[in-house]
Amino acid sequence: MPKKSTNVDMTAMCDVAFLLLTFFMLATQFRPDEPVTVTTPNSISEIPLPDADIMLITVDPDGRIFFSIDNQKVREDLINKLDEMKGLNLTEEEKKSFVIGASVGVPFNRLKEYLGAPPEQRDAMDKQAAGIPTDTLVTSERNELALWIKEARYSNPKLRITIKADAKASYPDIKKVIGTLEGWKIFKFNLITGLKAVPPGTAAYEEVMGGRKEE
Amino acid sequence: MAEMEVADKGGKKGPGVKKGKKLSTRVDLTPMVDLGFLLITFFMMTTTLNKPKTMEINMPYKDEQEQIEDETKIKESVALTVLLSKKHRVYYYEGMATDPENTPEVKITGFNPEKGIRDVIINKKKDVEEMKRRGQLTAKDKTTVLIKPDTNSTYEDLVNILDEMAINDIRVYAIVDITDVDREFISETEKANNDQ
Repeated sequence: MPKKSTNVDMTAMCDVAFLLLTFFMLATQFRPDEPVTVTTPNSISEIPLPDADIMLITVDPDGRIFFSIDNQKVREDLINKLDEMKGLNLTEEEKKSFVIGASVGVPFNRLKEYLGAPPEQRDAMDKQAAGIPTDTLVTSERNELALWIKEARYSNPKLRITIKADAKASYPDIKKVIGTLEGWKIFKFNLITGLKAVPPGTAAYEEVMGGRKEE
Repeated sequence: MAEMEVADKGGKKGPGVKKGKKLSTRVDLTPMVDLGFLLITFFMMTTTLNKPKTMEINMPYKDEQEQIEDETKIKESVALTVLLSKKHRVYYYEGMATDPENTPEVKITGFNPEKGIRDVIINKKKDVEEMKRRGQLTAKDKTTVLIKPDTNSTYEDLVNILDEMAINDIRVYAIVDITDVDREFISETEKANNDQ
């Protein structure tokens, strides 16, 4: 009886592995690093988040507010303008660290210190950060979020405004953010939510089912 | 499996016969496959395949100079007021409680799928349809829900109630500031229920 070799040809398997690898490399979008973990509530809405031109306002369970925009060019414009306006005396290094950085959640008077810190230290600062001070009125001197929003919109008027808030954040904290947006006459914005199934027997369910039948 | 498969099988030629230095061109691909799958795992872990979903909301246009008269334009009979309170409780009453003489009956419910606020909204819609059929309302009238979140409600409650609007196809709704009258209603209902 001839002894069969246990050798397996690996070429095919290798092909498959690299095909998948290529797919994932191309399809991947790295998770943006976030200063705080936020668990969003769920809704039946299926509108996907737009790819570009997003302003993201994060609200954590304690009501702290973090601000971020996606485009590095806009970030650069923004920090230059704020630097001038608020007299922050930022160095080029500190500006650079804002441009390539993630969400910011410190008041203006601590921004220089925050941006000057090395990345590891910044993570620690994010944990204790006070968040961007805000108020229900845009005209209020304390409302720094209002200034962030205004200047960001000057830099890029196409910005879509999205709010990513934690399910446990209290309503008055959200109200402040919405109030600020309303103060700038922004009445249309998106709330980031998870996805949940449409409950059967409701109007939305029938609509979804009706749509499928027509297809 | 893991060997370089050197052409060593020509040994049958007997001792002393020098075989030619002919090496096989086959390479063992196992480590390469290992590496491939390792990288796949890495990319699968770090990737966010499902993009986050968003919910679009439109707040009513507000201007300090303009006095809001919209609220009075809504008919009492089409309105349903929903108060969001602590511990995910939902209080609701028919109408808008504009008449101080006539206090509405405030009931309590929750976001549970059975017998929660959803059923209340569905029933309200049915009532409005019924009134339209009887000619008490015109075709233009739509079920209107006023959402009044109290300060001790959470963002989750707000999203849940907005989601109920989408689920039950309520086109007209508004997020309104809670009034002291509404707070009174809540505390009275709490008292009546011994704050359960």
